[in-house]
Amino acid sequence: MVDFTNPKLLAENIDFFYGKKQALFDINMAIPDKQVTALIGPSGCGKSTFLRMFNRMNDIIVGTNHTGKLLLDGTEIYGPETNVVQLRRDIGMVFQKSNPFPKSVYDNITYGPTIHGQKDKEVLNSIVEESLKGAALWHEVKDRLHDNAMGLSGGQQQRLCIARALAVQPKVLLMDEPASALDPKSTAHIEELIGELRKDYTIVIVTHNMQQASRVSDYTAFFYEGVLIEFGETTQIFTNPEQKRTEDYITGRFG
Amino acid sequence: MLHIHREIEDLKRRIVLEATMAEDNLRDSIRALMNRDAELALEIVDKDKALDEQEVEFEEECLKILALYQPVAVDLRYIVAFLKVNNDIERIGDLASNIARGAASLAVKEELAIPADIPVMSEMVQKMLKKSIEALIDLDHKKSQKVQNMDDKVDELHHSMYKIVGQRIQEYPDLVDSWMEVLGTSRYLERIADHCTNICEDVEYMLSGQIIRHGN
Repeated sequence: MVDFTNPKLLAENIDFFYGKKQALFDINMAIPDKQVTALIGPSGCGKSTFLRMFNRMNDIIVGTNHTGKLLLDGTEIYGPETNVVQLRRDIGMVFQKSNPFPKSVYDNITYGPTIHGQKDKEVLNSIVEESLKGAALWHEVKDRLHDNAMGLSGGQQQRLCIARALAVQPKVLLMDEPASALDPKSTAHIEELIGELRKDYTIVIVTHNMQQASRVSDYTAFFYEGVLIEFGETTQIFTNPEQKRTEDYITGRFG
Repeated sequence: MLHIHREIEDLKRRIVLEATMAEDNLRDSIRALMNRDAELALEIVDKDKALDEQEVEFEEECLKILALYQPVAVDLRYIVAFLKVNNDIERIGDLASNIARGAASLAVKEELAIPADIPVMSEMVQKMLKKSIEALIDLDHKKSQKVQNMDDKVDELHHSMYKIVGQRIQEYPDLVDSWMEVLGTSRYLERIADHCTNICEDVEYMLSGQIIRHGN
């Protein structure tokens, strides 16, 4: 049984606004450690907004504000002492479209650790190897570490972005539609990788692909119009959800 | 309507049809028994083959839907329930066919007075089958419960049949084989009632997501 009393991430009474428009309504949710939690719901339901709150990606959007508490390991993410750079190191993010830097594979991985002050060449070498292994990419790129990352395939680029996130040893990985731009084989690769990563990281994934949510996640949260309608074990949500709206959504009756 | 929901509507239509075939065979098998109509009895045995074919086709249809649409939640529960109900209906058809075989063999033997409880049981069991399928289609908890209550009554009638047949065998010892055939008919009817109960258990699963078999 998962420990919900000591969640990795905890949202308490979160309201979120884009200007005057409220996008999230009183979200309360405990995300357990080293599990995969999927956020699902139709476009505009607030799931990505909620995901982006965890590493304060919404800060850069003018006119947004929120109330309520968001905690990482019991510490307030929006607290006055929070160092956002450190926060984004602890909570990494992978986006829908892979976005490697137009640099070599090696430099992509070492970029974060270097910024955080790591200069030791040997340490950096081992970070590159470990991160690429963690992202199941090492064997494909080990002989071309100094080639430009833009030359990798779409699936490889996405795994490179995951490796880049792993390089700074995060606690949490946020994934916003990480496989929606990939072909089925690369998608399967990413899904398999998520299964491996959950041993060491807490993963929160936003996906429009419900089969993907059911395949990769341990817990599923269904959002609708800014409200968290239902949150529970993925097996339960997909066999016998409690809420009619969840059932209607996952069976394609609306949304 | 989504493709999968159209498919599920089609499955509903087909399962009703299949259940109606089984129900007809059951009714006719008892009629053949009561009227000593060997011809009708053999017709039913033959008709059961069509029911068997329906069962296989229906199962293939369900498997196709699982593969093509990967249904979840209520849709998934529907397909799973349909697969099981399909099985139950096929077994009901087999049992009706068994009754018909018994009727055919009794028709050419010395006539005996079939206990009135046999047609009474048959009426009840037919009603149970009809109601259980209605419960499945309408997802009607009340109807499903009614069927489960009727099952107790059928069980009672079947148990009292042992006593009746025991007495008759003592009265007419040279008709033992025929009386055993009558007891067999009672047993088949009781089994059919059990299959109707199974169908209702699947209806309860559909409704609640809870598996309630084995007194759970």
